[in-house]
Amino acid sequence: MSETATGSAGEAGDGGARRAAGATAVLPQGPDEVRRRLEDVGYLVDEGLATACFLALRLHRPVFCEGDAGVGKTSLAGALARMLEAPLIRLQCYEGIDASQALYDWDFPRQLLHLRAAEAAGVTDVDRLEAELYDRCFLVERPLLQALRTQPSVLLVDEVDRADDEFEAFLLELLSEYSVTVPELGTLRAETPPVVVLTSNRTREVHDALKRRCLYHWFDHPAFARELAIVRSRLPAVSARLAEQVTALVQALRSEELVKPPGVAETIDWAEALDALGATELDAELAVATLGSVLKYREDTERARSMDLSAILALRATGA
Amino acid sequence: MAAVDGGTAVLVGFARALRAAGLDAGPDRVQTFLRALDVLGPRRRNDVYWAGRLTLCGGQDDLDRYDRVFGVYFGPRDRPPAPRARPLPPGAPPPRLAVRETDRIPRGGSGEEDRRPGAAAALASPVDVLRHRDVAALTAAEREQVRRLLAAFALRGEPRRSARLRPARRGVVDPRRTVREWLRRGGEPARLRRRARAERPRRVVLLVDVSGSMAPYADALLRFAHAAAHGGPAASRAATEVFTIGTRLTRVTAALGHRDPDTALAAVAAAVPDWRGGTRLGEMLRAFLDRWGQRGMARGAVVVVLSDGWERGDPALLAAQMRRLHRLAHRVVWANPRKARPGYAPLAAGMAAALPSVDAFVEGHSLAALEHLAAVVRGAEDA
Repeated sequence: MSETATGSAGEAGDGGARRAAGATAVLPQGPDEVRRRLEDVGYLVDEGLATACFLALRLHRPVFCEGDAGVGKTSLAGALARMLEAPLIRLQCYEGIDASQALYDWDFPRQLLHLRAAEAAGVTDVDRLEAELYDRCFLVERPLLQALRTQPSVLLVDEVDRADDEFEAFLLELLSEYSVTVPELGTLRAETPPVVVLTSNRTREVHDALKRRCLYHWFDHPAFARELAIVRSRLPAVSARLAEQVTALVQALRSEELVKPPGVAETIDWAEALDALGATELDAELAVATLGSVLKYREDTERARSMDLSAILALRATGA
Repeated sequence: MAAVDGGTAVLVGFARALRAAGLDAGPDRVQTFLRALDVLGPRRRNDVYWAGRLTLCGGQDDLDRYDRVFGVYFGPRDRPPAPRARPLPPGAPPPRLAVRETDRIPRGGSGEEDRRPGAAAALASPVDVLRHRDVAALTAAEREQVRRLLAAFALRGEPRRSARLRPARRGVVDPRRTVREWLRRGGEPARLRRRARAERPRRVVLLVDVSGSMAPYADALLRFAHAAAHGGPAASRAATEVFTIGTRLTRVTAALGHRDPDTALAAVAAAVPDWRGGTRLGEMLRAFLDRWGQRGMARGAVVVVLSDGWERGDPALLAAQMRRLHRLAHRVVWANPRKARPGYAPLAAGMAAALPSVDAFVEGHSLAALEHLAAVVRGAEDA
């Protein structure tokens, strides 16, 4: 059983090499093309992130994303999936996650039923029965195995800092070989390695060995022009004036000493909320009334209330 | 890359300069760097910058150093680097901690010492005296003994139930293991396997004040932190984080990673730039919460502040940050070495501002006090 499986996995590997060579044709030729294609699917990147994505595709290296909450770490994976027209497979990490929850498991109840059914039918060939029990159809694929077996695919390993050290070591092994050994089935290798995005919130330092395997990218808050472009592309229906005012205000808030500076996600939320209220323009009164979409701490709201919001709005109006 | 040429040598030299600046730009990373440049094709300045930054850096702390070395090596960049997290205030020039000859401790620590006949008996009575003596007032010889005793500490956060389920005698039925067991018996129903929530120690975060006013205690407290980070089972070891606070916030968990306390302390001394400077507790606490605490390090943890509470900055800021910390952390413990002084009252503006947000206010001047602190952290005793 395991011999045939290994054999077929080997063949699959050869086929994968051919297919990968064919797939290179549709891979972007440079960071600029990556940026263009990501823009087409509504995700705006700067030069650094475009280079990171390009290198990830060409070198088959995971991208390790760090940065404040709401700067677009997780949505990068979705954008890459749309760009490559590949399924997005997500693994949310949590404390205590282990291989059987991340990689694969056997469907024990079904195996048991199968065994009972065989017994009732009077099957006596023990070897055959055992081989049947560990057939692919009883294998429950979890995200990591799914990603290895789906070509092409984008794998998002979210909040890897929440998992334990042991899980990190296991990930390292998987991400350097893009193959995994299931004792009963043999080695399963990805024909084309998935594009992998790892995110971390830095609650814990992720081990160097894993980082060394990855391309490291730190997400900054975007500058005004880029953030405005992101808002416009995500919410084309919102009036240009409103998008500009919201972005300007969020940028101003970010330069204050806040407990939780708002991310791009909050900017988009705010613009969307104001649009839903039917606003096409922002004034200080309306801004204060809807601050809850951007600021999530009482101290921050108070601080924003004490700021001269209308002055910021007016400044932007003359600047624009 | 067509040829291994002078260009490659320049790049490898760049990596060496980065290593000299303290980045972990090892051979495998350099290889990835070169491969990245190869894939990117013609070498434009920005390509080199980003390829290097993506492959040779491993954390936010590396980025500033990378930018600096890149600027020196290839000339300054055309556009200024994007602003990053709030810069920390500049620190005072670093008077370094010296590891003195007389402080050397025999390797192997107290365990081997105790095996000598009579050693325990000889130690017993002085130890008892030492336990209650103020660490600041010890002779060199006594201090060494205290150090040896400190090595026995293990700081374990009080246990909390984790989301993880472990096999257990009683608890809910574990279908996976039960059915697997049945399968092994050829489908014959056997006993039910069960599982229950595992218990894990809470994370312990130590914030050690290394400012001038804490100088007599800093060494002992850092040794305590070292012992705390090393004692106990692997699970709790991984869950202990140590920071020094003064004019800057420095994470010294990695520096304390050395098994030998003297090596570890020398590494800390090298890593901490603000040894014996002033204190701005409020600002430091804010830096800790912004950068680490709020992201989850302090969430549900036992946070221990080891400081005398002398605040040079604004007490109102300290009070606000302590309230923030108190909301995040499971428990906030403040250990103050000066609390044991006769007639002590928390009159220092900083201490008075912090106290309302402190769950346990304990002493921190002697071995006995630190033992008590360890018990408080474990949740065994209330202060």
